[in-house]
Amino acid sequence: MKRIVSFITENFEKEVLESFEISSGLLRASNMTEDEIIEEISLSGLKGRGGAAYPTGKKLAQSAVFKSDVKYLICNADEGEPGTFKDRDLLKYDALGVFEGMVISALAVRATDGILYLREEYSFLIDELENILSQMRSKKILGHNILDTGLNFDISIFSGAGAYICGEGTSLIESIEGKPGRPRNKPPYTKEQGLFMKPTLLNNVETYAAINAIMKNGYEEFIKYGTEKSPGTKLISLCGNVNSPGTYEIPFGVTLKEIIEKIGNGVKNERNVKFVQIGGISGPLILGKNLDIPFTYEDFDKIDVSMGSGAILVVDDQTDILDFLDAVQAFFKHESCGKCTPCREGNRQLLNVLARMRKGIETESDIVNIERIAKTMKYASFCGLGQTAPTALLSAIKNCPEEIFRRGEQHA
Amino acid sequence: MDKSMKDAVQKIVIKHGVGKEFLLPILKEVQKLNKYHYIPQDVSQYMAKYMGIHESEVYEVISFYAEFSEVPRGENVIKVCDSTVCKVNDNEELIGLLEDVLGIGMGETSENKKFSLEFSPCFGACDIAPAIRINGEVFGNLNKERLEEILQYYKEGPHEKNS
Ligand SMILES: Cc1cc2nc3c(=O)[nH]c(=O)nc-3n(C[C@H](O)[C@H](O)[C@H](O)COP(=O)(O)O)c2cc1C
Ligand code: SF4
Ligand code: FES
Repeated sequence: MKRIVSFITENFEKEVLESFEISSGLLRASNMTEDEIIEEISLSGLKGRGGAAYPTGKKLAQSAVFKSDVKYLICNADEGEPGTFKDRDLLKYDALGVFEGMVISALAVRATDGILYLREEYSFLIDELENILSQMRSKKILGHNILDTGLNFDISIFSGAGAYICGEGTSLIESIEGKPGRPRNKPPYTKEQGLFMKPTLLNNVETYAAINAIMKNGYEEFIKYGTEKSPGTKLISLCGNVNSPGTYEIPFGVTLKEIIEKIGNGVKNERNVKFVQIGGISGPLILGKNLDIPFTYEDFDKIDVSMGSGAILVVDDQTDILDFLDAVQAFFKHESCGKCTPCREGNRQLLNVLARMRKGIETESDIVNIERIAKTMKYASFCGLGQTAPTALLSAIKNCPEEIFRRGEQHA
Repeated sequence: MDKSMKDAVQKIVIKHGVGKEFLLPILKEVQKLNKYHYIPQDVSQYMAKYMGIHESEVYEVISFYAEFSEVPRGENVIKVCDSTVCKVNDNEELIGLLEDVLGIGMGETSENKKFSLEFSPCFGACDIAPAIRINGEVFGNLNKERLEEILQYYKEGPHEKNS
C-alpha cells in the first residue's frame, strides 16, 4: 500500500501482534482530564469522517454533559457507501489504533460500553478483531479501571445484516436493538437518549483512528498538514478507472488531478476522465475538465460539493452518464427503507424517467419532472439517504445537461 | 420441523439470550443451520415463540435485512455487485459469463439447488472491482478467465465454505 503521509496510517505496514504495546496516545490521555482531552481534539480541528463533517471536539463536549451509569460509545463501521473502503483497511491494518481511539474517547465522555457496529460484509475481520480486543483486556486497557483512571469500559462487536441505511446513526441503533433499521424521529437526540434510551456517542472508524493519532503525536503535529480551514490528513478511497486504486492517506490541499495522476497513477488505458464522483454514491459528479480543485472542505464548499466519506470514484470517457445515473438510482431504490414517500416513490419515479431517457423517448414533461422529483427528494425526505439520493443526478443536470438530455432534443 | 432442529434453535437462543436485542445475532446463526441459506417459516415461528417475541416482529426483521432469506437459495450463493464502481469496471461481462456457465439467470436458483445468482449492492471491494461474493467470500479483479477458474472450483463438488 502506497501512502503519501502516514499520520493516521503509521502502523499499516507493521505486524500488529508482534508490536502489540499500549499506545502513547492512550497513556497520555489517561493522565489528562476529560476537558483536556476534548480541548486537544478541538484544537486539532478534526471533523467527523463518516460524511457529515461535524466538528469532533464539539461532539465530544456535547456528549460529555450527559452523565449516566450506562453510556454507549459506538464505532460506525457500517461503511455501506459504494466507493468507500478506507474503514475496512483501517480495521484490517490497524484495528488497535481504532479501538484505542475509542478508549480515549470513552475517557473523555465517560462511556461504559463500546460497540463496534461492523457491516455484515466485513465479517471476515471478526476473528482478528476479537483477538485484538482480548489482548487489550489482558493488557488492562479494556475492562475494569483502565490504566488506573477509574474508567470501566469494554468493547463488543455487533455484526450488521446488510442494509446501507444502518450507517445512519439512529437506524444503526434500531438495528442493534433488534429492529428493522429505520431512522428515528429527533428529538430525542442520540447523545442524550440513543441506544436503549441511554446517552450514546457515535463516530466513524476513521474519526477514532484520527483521535488516537492526534493524542499520540499532539494536535500541533496534525495541523502541520493540510490547510488552515482543513487541518490534518484524510483517508481517501480511490477507485474506478484508475491504474492504482486503494486507500491512501493524504494531506488536505492536494488537487483531484494530482490525486488521480500521482497517487492513482493515471487513468487506465490512458483514457480521459469523464467525471469523478466524490464521497460515494450519494455524492455529486465533478467533470473531467474541473479537476484542478484542491481536496479541502473549503474548496468543495465553494462548488457546493460535500466531501462525504472521502471516496473518489474516477470514471473514464467510455461510460455513459445515463447508465451511471441509472445504477445510482437503482441502488437507492433498493436501499430505501420505505418510511417516507419522497424517497420511497421518488427513486422509483426517477428510474422510470431515466429508463425513457436512456431509450431516447423521454417527453418534454419528463425533462421538467425529473428535476422536480429530485428536488422534492432533496428537501422533503426524512433522512440523509433520501436527501442525498438525487445528488448525482442534480449535479449532472447542472453541470452537463447536454450529456443527459441529448436524446430528448433529437426526438422532440 | 424435527426435534434436532428445535434443539439447535433452542441452543442458539440460550447462548445469546431471549431479548429482542439478540434477534440479529440469533437469526444469523439460525440461518446457518440450513444449507440452503434461508430461515424456513416454521423455524422462525418456533424461534419467535421460544423467545416470547411476536412472529411479525421476527418476520419484519428477516425481510428488512439483505442477509436473511425466507426462501431457499442454492448451496452456493453467488452475489454480483451491481453498484457504480463495479459497473464502470465492466461487471456486465461477468454477469453474462455467470449466466452461461451456470445456466440460470440473475435472481434464479439452479434446478439441482447448487447455485443461486443474486445482485448485491456494493460490499466494499471497490478497489478490486469488478467483484463477486460466493457464500460470503470476496473474489475481485475478475476477468473471464479468473471467473471461469473460480466457478470450476465450486462446480466440482460441495464446498462448506463459511466466512
Ligand atoms: C444513509 C446514511 C448512511 C450512512 N452511512 C455511514 C457509514 O457507513 N459510516 C459512517 O461512519 N457514517 C455513516 N453515516 C453518517 C452517520 O449518520 C454519522 O453522521 C456518522 O457516523 C458520525 O460519525 P462522525 O462524526 O465520526 O463522522 C451515514 C448517514 C446516512 C444518512
Ligand atoms: S429518506 Fe428513505 S431511507 Fe430515509 S427514512 Fe425516508 S424512506 Fe427511509
Ligand atoms: S461497487 Fe462493487 S464492491 Fe463496491
